[in-house]
Amino acid sequence: MLNPDSVGRTFAGVDVITVTQDEINSFAAVIGEKNTAVAPPTFSIKISLREFESILTKPDIGLDWTRLVHGDQKFEIFRPIVAGDSLTTSATIESYKVAAGNEIVTVRSDLFNGAEKVISSWSTLVVRA
Amino acid sequence: MIEVGTAIPSHEFEINRTLLKQYADASGDQNPIHQDEAFAKSVGLPDVIAHGMLTMALAGKYISDWAGGPQNVKEFSARFTKPVIVPAGKSVDLTVSATVLEVTTTGVRLEISATSQGVKVLGMAKAFVVQGV
Repeated sequence: MLNPDSVGRTFAGVDVITVTQDEINSFAAVIGEKNTAVAPPTFSIKISLREFESILTKPDIGLDWTRLVHGDQKFEIFRPIVAGDSLTTSATIESYKVAAGNEIVTVRSDLFNGAEKVISSWSTLVVRA
Repeated sequence: MIEVGTAIPSHEFEINRTLLKQYADASGDQNPIHQDEAFAKSVGLPDVIAHGMLTMALAGKYISDWAGGPQNVKEFSARFTKPVIVPAGKSVDLTVSATVLEVTTTGVRLEISATSQGVKVLGMAKAFVVQGV
């Protein structure tokens, strides 16, 4: 179970993530996107989900990642990610509830290139009962 | 002419196990429910299912194409209502279509529909795109 005291907390990512052209190309290839000058609109989930996993599964937060399904997802893209971006991340646990034994947590991810906010996204994650 | 209610022609993507592996590698999401049939069934799923985010990525490609490129997609949201079930050795469809919900001075809001094998797999799916078309 998620520690309810963690709701509202924001966690700064420890690493600066440098985006490579190769990883944009690989992601674009899956969906058949030929324009690789910018990353596809959902590319940032790659960064955010990894961040969420490392935060939410910390012992003092306590989410069970093995029973997780993705409930919904939203992106606000201030500008597309491009190769060479050096992104810092922050993740905020925005809400949490338990319904019919399922845990439902909404986490926001903000990605910055220096002082510039590049993308905000919201993921609702469900830990099945 | 783009106006409220304009229907955008649908597009059919193909999803198979090879694509799931390719998306797992490209996204880093190696959850075995998307690759390992025995594991998927052991956790109560009917078969291997596609990553919800792969479904959304493909819908994003559909929107990008209509909007004139991935750089024109500004907002994109969806709920994962039902899984895309991907049996061994065959491809299943992901059929995406959209209608114009709103036209503003800066862009167009779309409502997106996505089905696989006749089942609605994305709900409340919307995007806001700037007009590059």
